[in-house]
Amino acid sequence: MIPVTFSYHKAESVGDAVARIAGNPEAKLLAGGHSLVPAMKLRLAAPGELIDITGLDELKAITVGESIQIGALATYNDILHHHELIAHLPIFGAAIPHVGDRQVRARGTFGGCIAHADPAADLTAVLLALGGHVNATGPAGERSIPVEEYFVDLWTTALAPDEMLTSVVIPLPGDGARMTYVKHRHPASGYAVVGIAVVVDDNGPRVTITGATSKPEHLAGAEDAISAGINDASIDLAVARATEGVHINGDLYADEEYRTHLVGQMVKKALQQIVS
Amino acid sequence: MTTDHIHVAMTVNGVERSAEVEPRTLLVHFLRDSLGLTGTHVGCDTSQCGACVVDVDGVSTKSCTMFAAQLQGANVTTIEALAADGTLHPMQEGFWAEHGLQCGFCTPGMIMSSIAMLKENPDPTDDEIREGLEGNFCRCTGYQNIVNAVRHAAAEMREQNSAD
Ligand SMILES: Cc1cc2nc3c(=O)[nH]c(=O)nc-3n(C[C@H](O)[C@H](O)[C@H](O)COP(=O)(O)OP(=O)(O)OC[C@H]3O[C@@H](n4cnc5c(N)ncnc54)[C@H](O)[C@@H]3O)c2cc1C
Ligand code: FES
Ligand code: FES
Repeated sequence: MIPVTFSYHKAESVGDAVARIAGNPEAKLLAGGHSLVPAMKLRLAAPGELIDITGLDELKAITVGESIQIGALATYNDILHHHELIAHLPIFGAAIPHVGDRQVRARGTFGGCIAHADPAADLTAVLLALGGHVNATGPAGERSIPVEEYFVDLWTTALAPDEMLTSVVIPLPGDGARMTYVKHRHPASGYAVVGIAVVVDDNGPRVTITGATSKPEHLAGAEDAISAGINDASIDLAVARATEGVHINGDLYADEEYRTHLVGQMVKKALQQIVS
Repeated sequence: MTTDHIHVAMTVNGVERSAEVEPRTLLVHFLRDSLGLTGTHVGCDTSQCGACVVDVDGVSTKSCTMFAAQLQGANVTTIEALAADGTLHPMQEGFWAEHGLQCGFCTPGMIMSSIAMLKENPDPTDDEIREGLEGNFCRCTGYQNIVNAVRHAAAEMREQNSAD
């Protein structure tokens, strides 16, 4: 319950925060704290220094223009309550109410979720389905990482240890875009046992998965099955091909066979929502 | 940069409070151990149970998941403030009237979360009450009487507000 001793620094700017993590391999950024602090209490994480970035108001903004930019420190609730964003990207309205609980959604940040890349997080799959890029700042300056290259493995992203995620940019979906997210929650933790995000627009269908894989991934078999249209027959085919070429993880709660079945059922539920 | 004690000052239940604490001191430990406000409980290690819920600058917060050092100058309200003048808050009254507790361990967090929920939604359905208390675990009641208590309090609070 009591974390290992550390030193605490409240960051004054993005530059200050980046200089701190670049200067000390033991240092970690603290955003909403709802992944990091529980891990520290269990002593699964023991950073020697915490750089608190929650005071950096410039990272809280959400702007809707030719694309949609979400600052790293926008909380789940900031996104959910941004009517213009939800009007363009209703998938956030479908997913966020299923993240944790009211206290988690009030503190947890989009940047923290995307940087942490928990294999059972929800918005990772949502971001992969929407596409776009992640902006990061490191000692060498800023760079932008395409979402398709961003998620690497369990809790591992393309961010370098001395880089900070500053914002995420998502393209505006075309007219008539349809999207949804469905989730089978772990009954104790509330995290995704299987989460499926679907986005259908002019760029073709995207079907992505979280919870059952090491990182969010495209379900290419399901995407291919519905490429010519979504109807009862193509939904059945998408279910049959859902886990094609994808490694499904099992654990004590849900083994590989059960989870594989669940993936098909969640794909079916999501696609039925898309056509209804 | 130091792991030494730091001076933390914040307003707790309307009173300026301060203490020298280690950076690793969680808000809940600051409240309980530095200030002696033991109404806020610790029920888990994993930020799941909600026994520790308090209000921080208007945001319903698990006090086991923030460090006191982050809250310089903040305004914190704990369960102790609710009946400070000796009269129970309608939510406390609701838990009493509907028998919304058995051992009472979860109750401070339940009450603080429920008050936060009613601020957003003064007239919740039973399903909305259950959803609103997702982050609060009770190991005794089976939740039904807690739902009844919140519904009871919501009706009372709506009446008080319309009378104002
Ligand atoms: C009870 C409970 C239930 C939960 N249920 C769910 C759930 O159902 N679904 C779900 O998706 N999540 C769930 N979560 C996790 C929650 O969504 C986290 O808040 C979120 O994943 C992490 O965001 P944060 O702002 O809290 O990050 P923090 O905990 O502050 O940070 C997490 C990690 O990311 C790093 N980091 C943070 N911000 C940045 C940045 N800008 N740049 C680079 N690195 C950064 C930190 O150094 C740390 O390593 C739950 C958490 C709790 C406590
Ligand atoms: S003690 Fe804070 S959630 Fe359990
Ligand atoms: S009354 Fe005992 S835990 Fe809720």
